Amino acid sequence: MQLKDVKELLRAKVLTGEGLLDREVETCCGSDLMSDVLAFTKRRTLLCTGLTNLQVIRTADMTDLCALVIVRGKIPGGEILEAAAENGLPVLATQHTLFEACGILYQAGIKGCSKKEDDHE
Amino acid sequence: MSENKSVKMEFEVAGGDFERAGEASAKIKRMLQRLGIAADIVRRIAIGTYEAEMNVIIHAGGGKVAAEVFTDATEITVTDAGPGIPDIDKALQEGWSTAPEYARQMGFGAGMGLPNMVKCSDKFDIQSEVGVGTTIRMRFEHISEDL
Ligand SMILES: Nc1ncnc2c1ncn2[C@@H]1O[C@H](COP(=O)(O)OP(=O)(O)OP(=O)(O)O)[C@@H](O)[C@H]1O
Ligand SMILES: [Mg+2]
Repeated sequence: MQLKDVKELLRAKVLTGEGLLDREVETCCGSDLMSDVLAFTKRRTLLCTGLTNLQVIRTADMTDLCALVIVRGKIPGGEILEAAAENGLPVLATQHTLFEACGILYQAGIKGCSKKEDDHE
Repeated sequence: MSENKSVKMEFEVAGGDFERAGEASAKIKRMLQRLGIAADIVRRIAIGTYEAEMNVIIHAGGGKVAAEVFTDATEITVTDAGPGIPDIDKALQEGWSTAPEYARQMGFGAGMGLPNMVKCSDKFDIQSEVGVGTTIRMRFEHISEDL
């Protein structure tokens, strides 16, 4: 699945990275806990989160995330989006809650980041 | 890079400075990319360094983050003159944390940082003394698992 399919599925708005929507999405993680994102995600994972601070962008940079989906209709501040743009990190915003957004993507076939699912590959 | 040469970088990190938290790790990551280190190794180094940098900012009131890149490996050293860790074995356990509430609100303080540094690095060493400070050394071999 590509990021533009994620955009359709979540009826999301693209806040930055409009030109990067052909990125491939294989795994997704839903979390407000950056500690867990740092410890458990794989490369090129999509992160759904309700957090909108600068540390989310930094964490995304360090872990090579493919994009962010901000849930519950939150819109991050301008400096956050600027930092994301600088790093080539697409940021999407959806009205769905974290649970709903993850459920929709899971149903559409995107896998989680757990080791167990890794074994099935 | 020739055999005996290395590339070094060092940054001062201010305590409690969440605006700039992670900048040192981001700069080290860019340098490693420029040097042509494989992406999976760069990622492990970036995550380990960032965890250590965040700890210095959250728990130690500031310190230093240094990277030295050799041909075959990268070494990261993170030092602070903070409060030190009374029980290192406990601190190394997943889930053990004394992070303040503001750190938790920013998405940190799950007690995953030190275990994650151990996981990401090929060699991990921690020296800590109460009232003196903490030094973390991590070594990452440049052995890529990417095809
Ligand atoms: N540089 C340091 N100086 C003093 N204490 C530290 C330092 N690094 C870690 N600690 C202590 O060790 C504990 C565990 O650290 P660890 O990085 O594993 O978790 P955390 O920082 O609390 O949460 P997380 O890393 O998941 O955000 C900390 O809560 C703190 O009490
Ligand atoms: Mg930590």
